[in-house]
Amino acid sequence: MMLQKFYNSVRSKKQNRNNTITELNADGFSTTFQKNSFFEMLKLKTNRYKRDAKGFIFEGITLASALIIVAILIVMLVVIFNGGKSMFTWEFLTTFPKEGMTKGGIFPAIYGTALLVIIMSIAAVPFGTITAIYLTEYARENSFIARSIRFAVRTLAVIPSIIYGLFGLGFFIKYVGTGMDSVFLGGHLKWGQPNILWASLTMALLTLPVVIVSVEEALKTIPRELREASLALGATKWQTIRKVVFPGSISGILTGAILAVSRGAGEVAPILFTGAAYYLATLPGSLSDQFMVLGYHIYIMTTQSANVDQTLPIQFGTTMVLLLLTFSLNIVAIILRYRIRKRRIA
Amino acid sequence: MNKIKQIISKLTGLFRKQKAMPGDKIDITHKRFRWSDFIAEKIIKGVAFLSITIIILIFFFVFRESFPIFNFGSKDKPKTEQLTATKNQNNTANQNPQQEQYGVETTAPEKQEQYGAETSEPAKQEQYGVETTEASQQEQYGVETGKDSLMMGENKTPNEATESGSTNASNKQAIKTLITKTWQPVSDNPRYGLLPLLLGTFKITIISLLFAAPLAILAALYTSVFANKRLKEIIKPTIEMLAGIPSVVIGFFALMVMASFLQNLFGYATRLNSFVGGIAMGLAAIPIIYTITEDALTAVPKTYYEASLALGASKWQTAFFVILPAATPGIFAAVLLGIGRVFGETMIALMATGNAAMMGLNPFESVRTLAATIGAEMAEVVFGDTHYNVLFLIGSMLFIFTFIINAIAEFWVKGKLMKKIQGK
Repeated sequence: MMLQKFYNSVRSKKQNRNNTITELNADGFSTTFQKNSFFEMLKLKTNRYKRDAKGFIFEGITLASALIIVAILIVMLVVIFNGGKSMFTWEFLTTFPKEGMTKGGIFPAIYGTALLVIIMSIAAVPFGTITAIYLTEYARENSFIARSIRFAVRTLAVIPSIIYGLFGLGFFIKYVGTGMDSVFLGGHLKWGQPNILWASLTMALLTLPVVIVSVEEALKTIPRELREASLALGATKWQTIRKVVFPGSISGILTGAILAVSRGAGEVAPILFTGAAYYLATLPGSLSDQFMVLGYHIYIMTTQSANVDQTLPIQFGTTMVLLLLTFSLNIVAIILRYRIRKRRIA
Repeated sequence: MNKIKQIISKLTGLFRKQKAMPGDKIDITHKRFRWSDFIAEKIIKGVAFLSITIIILIFFFVFRESFPIFNFGSKDKPKTEQLTATKNQNNTANQNPQQEQYGVETTAPEKQEQYGAETSEPAKQEQYGVETTEASQQEQYGVETGKDSLMMGENKTPNEATESGSTNASNKQAIKTLITKTWQPVSDNPRYGLLPLLLGTFKITIISLLFAAPLAILAALYTSVFANKRLKEIIKPTIEMLAGIPSVVIGFFALMVMASFLQNLFGYATRLNSFVGGIAMGLAAIPIIYTITEDALTAVPKTYYEASLALGASKWQTAFFVILPAATPGIFAAVLLGIGRVFGETMIALMATGNAAMMGLNPFESVRTLAATIGAEMAEVVFGDTHYNVLFLIGSMLFIFTFIINAIAEFWVKGKLMKKIQGK
């Protein structure tokens, strides 16, 4: 009786092993074995472990490094959301900072970020879209011009953001701004100083490659046959672009705009000296005003404020708001992009 | 009359839109010229060159602002002439201060230098002159004078009189101090030694790469070779989400949480140092290295993998000895771009590295990077000042460095990778 039971259990295990080994065989780990012999299988199994001990370790190392990265990300998110969740109230989002920025909300920073991002998109999205249309529709794939434009776009993507800040200062403020002042206002200082317009334009340059890349990706998913059909029906190239290519690329443009917004909302270095302000009692009313931004607010609250410990909740709260903003935008962009890719496969 | 009518109809026919009637012959061999097409094409082509134009503009304007520092001693004037020149200038500045106030923002640094003194003596002379003008100016604008360079930080509307004289002299001084070991731009005797900044930047870059590159490359190897499809679809987007975190948030996390945690773990003295900053910057570089490495690994032809397995190699042997070497150029490009990212990272460096310009190889010391120096000091500097020019000089160094890195990653590495995979 006992023996029968034991035999059954061994048999079931044996069958399990059978399965595992056939699976492994498909991957090319083991070569020959006899299914019937229990002992030979055992031998093979131990052999397999001996041979693949290194494999286990190496695969484990790669898995561990992937998990470490994910874990750091999760820890970061948990810590920030844990610290900021008590501050995340309607009042915090809609009131001005009070008592030397030790209390109150972050409304002007949210407002400034929104304004910055809107002006930036107005500048960056059309130009980015047109460049992408040129690259996919007009330029030949391997022509010198197309290659140099692609190189320029990639260079724009890797230039440190602080360089954009310097460029904004040297070009927009000191060259264009002061030039405008001396021509239109007779030297009266209005545009030749940091303001929201120059900050937004600087940010637009920074986010231009993001828009170009995602619009180009979307344009490539539009089937060649559609364009050819349109041309064969007698439409000109521009008509084809306007009526066939452009409507198909709207989701790509949207993705690009969202990614650009999420990048622009988080960057601080380009606006450090092109328009961001430490504290303002009023909201920016015109393009020539300075403004407050979430990212810059975090930076000054953590490093420049008189009492860092006292304002710790505000710092966590602001960081959490910024993270929520960029993350939600990113997730929307990922979903849109996923749908575009699906279309390409279909 | 008929003839005239014919001519008129011909002329109007030129401008009227030609409609194809059923009986007409349509010329299909020649395209009809359309203004809308023509203009649209020209506009699109024009705009497409914008990105190239921007690169050139950045090149030009960042250099333009840093250029005055090299522009001294080219025109040597007699001392007396200089004195009168500077004095005259002071006088005029005294007489109509209005002009001076507006002139400040409009005159380029190059122009100011024409008045400039080459030697230290006239500069001194001039400063006396300035002191007399200061009194009246202070009352009028409440602007602090630029004579005391310690106070320079606070005054945003610069005092042209002081600048024009002292800029050249201090430019000459600054050039001499560029390769020294002290970075003290705000003092009576300003020194602009770039060595500690360079050393700090390299230190941080090395630390962050030692942290980020192995992690990112191994993780990419896992997702592209070992992981099953389901795990891959979780891990890959998660690591790419890291790229969406603003650097100021990473800096905040490093400053508030990581710094204390690592200090407790390792027990070093200074809380903010290059080690903390390097790891925080590694977090920023990980998504870049990971994404490009992953692309390079998946670009390795499937036949390599299959051939290796067919020859009896196991999965891990294939991964480490076949796929990884085949993708080396791509991985190299990924690491290069990671270096570029770390090199120019500003906000994390500002928040988490301690920002003290020190010469020392100890990784647990505070450092100050090039980018952080620009970020921290540009807002407080006088436009057109020597310090301002030096900061722009640092900026152009950063620009050239990242440009070269990108060019290498783009042309050299990618060309090599393509050749290698195509088996040439």
